[in-house]
Amino acid sequence: MADWLTPEQWSAVVLSLKVSFWATLLSLPLGLAVAFVLARYEFWGKQALNGLVHLPLILPPVVTGYLLLLTFGRRGAVGQFLEQSFGLVFAFRWTGAALAAAVMAFPLMVRAIRLAIEAVDPKLEQAASTLGASRAWVFATVTLPLILPGVIAGAILAFAKAMGEFGATITFVSNIPGQTQTLPSAIYSFLQVPGGDAQAMQLVLIAVAIALLALVLSEWLGRAVARRIAGS
Amino acid sequence: MSLSVRFAHRFENFALDVAFEAPPGVTALFGRSGSGKTTVVNAVAGLLRPDGGHIKFDETVLFDAGRKILVPVHKRRLGYVFQEGRLFPHLSVRQNLTYGRWFAPRGTATDFDRVVEMLGIGDLLGRQPARLSGGEKQRVAIGRALLANPRLLLMDEPLAALDEDRKAEILPYLERLGDEAGIPLLYVSHSIAEVARLATTLVLMENGQVIRSGPLVEMLSDPENVPALGVRSAGASLHARVAAQEEDGLTRLDASAGPLYLPHVDAPIGAQLSIRILAQDVILSRSRPEGLSALNVLPATVTALRLGDGPGAVIQLRAGEDLLLARITRRSAQALELAPGADCFAIIKSVAVAQSDVGGAF
Repeated sequence: MADWLTPEQWSAVVLSLKVSFWATLLSLPLGLAVAFVLARYEFWGKQALNGLVHLPLILPPVVTGYLLLLTFGRRGAVGQFLEQSFGLVFAFRWTGAALAAAVMAFPLMVRAIRLAIEAVDPKLEQAASTLGASRAWVFATVTLPLILPGVIAGAILAFAKAMGEFGATITFVSNIPGQTQTLPSAIYSFLQVPGGDAQAMQLVLIAVAIALLALVLSEWLGRAVARRIAGS
Repeated sequence: MSLSVRFAHRFENFALDVAFEAPPGVTALFGRSGSGKTTVVNAVAGLLRPDGGHIKFDETVLFDAGRKILVPVHKRRLGYVFQEGRLFPHLSVRQNLTYGRWFAPRGTATDFDRVVEMLGIGDLLGRQPARLSGGEKQRVAIGRALLANPRLLLMDEPLAALDEDRKAEILPYLERLGDEAGIPLLYVSHSIAEVARLATTLVLMENGQVIRSGPLVEMLSDPENVPALGVRSAGASLHARVAAQEEDGLTRLDASAGPLYLPHVDAPIGAQLSIRILAQDVILSRSRPEGLSALNVLPATVTALRLGDGPGAVIQLRAGEDLLLARITRRSAQALELAPGADCFAIIKSVAVAQSDVGGAF
């Protein structure tokens, strides 16, 4: 453990990384599926699905957090079901923070992946199918390799968003040090106590560094996807 | 090993209703752009589901609307060469070539080295598709389709996106393919010169319908097909054997009706060639002409005659064992009293025969 951070600060950084990591990893398959469906298919209710995906981007985060509490809380329909069937509890746990972060980051992830999929020429996929590849094989051997940089960029964006998620998280799982106190929640808490500014500033610098790193990485991968599809 | 196609399909502003048989060999689908050729190939490939009808290959039903059979694209085992190549940009040439192999049934692998050698792409294997020229891309695309070990090859204007030099580069490979592949080939084209060199069967399409189909040689020498083939590009094919390379740069060929002199033909003595002679390049005379610059004068007999709607007429002639077409004016046809059975002489300028109309071995 680094000396220049108090255990409280340190646990907030580690918790945020853990929450963001799991939020990104677990929402990735769903994000891929939703992006694929939105990019490639026309169906009844497509606008509704698109709206639902983007809703967390537009709603006040507090509202999203409260809706999560109503649905996934201990008394919520889904929350009760998950607790009884799988022993999975979201309310006031780090798992809840991960869920909130995933929901808030989902629109960004889907958007990045969808753009990458739309840049892939469906004619290449047709060519693969005439060569004997089933749909799943076409996706695995043609579509996925071509969109991979876009997928990674989307995942990084989602990770950065998850690192910074505050409103929905604090509403849904509160701000319990060591349990649900993520990096932004910790900064907020330090700013509430007299003399906490210095500690808050350290965390702010860490947050800025992580965000910048993510931005640079996703820019670089975005260019890689363009290069790859142009084929040079 | 033959393909039977009979289906109908309606698009918003275009209706298609086609029926034809493609026997072994190269079957060309010929017609103007927008006549529905690509749609037919897509239906055979399974990329389009027609409204009604059936498509059968040998005993295998690929599509039957009545029995609700639709074999998915990837289970049809066809090779499809698209107009634009469609190579996978993220894979090397070698990986592109072997792509279909992952999915072909075991123990059926086509010989990789033989295909690479036939298409002359051995030096390209390590490259990425973006670093290939148009002609190279198309050759790799053909190789990729062949190596998937298909039961039927589909080619949708594989030369259309290439300039004349690149076409000349690829045509010989396609000719060898027709001879060597041993599987039926459905070839879409709107170039009659290409069709005349490659095809054995010709299917003529117009406005979404098959207007006529049959063996190539018969189709090309039938005056009734001239409007559909285009009056400027119609012409029958003669069979001839290379007899001698003369000192002044001409090549002497023996056709069944007599000798034929052409500008140098790059083929060994004894080679059997098919030479397409455009109907508009043939002049007719009732008596043997004297003091004429044209070198080729073949005795012929009129076998059929088609008067056009305009001032033109198309005459079908038998010259030896071959059929020729000549396009002249109706006025000349009347003045010369040309009617079936009339004897005449067909005059062909040596330099009128383009190199691209001299096809490979027959």
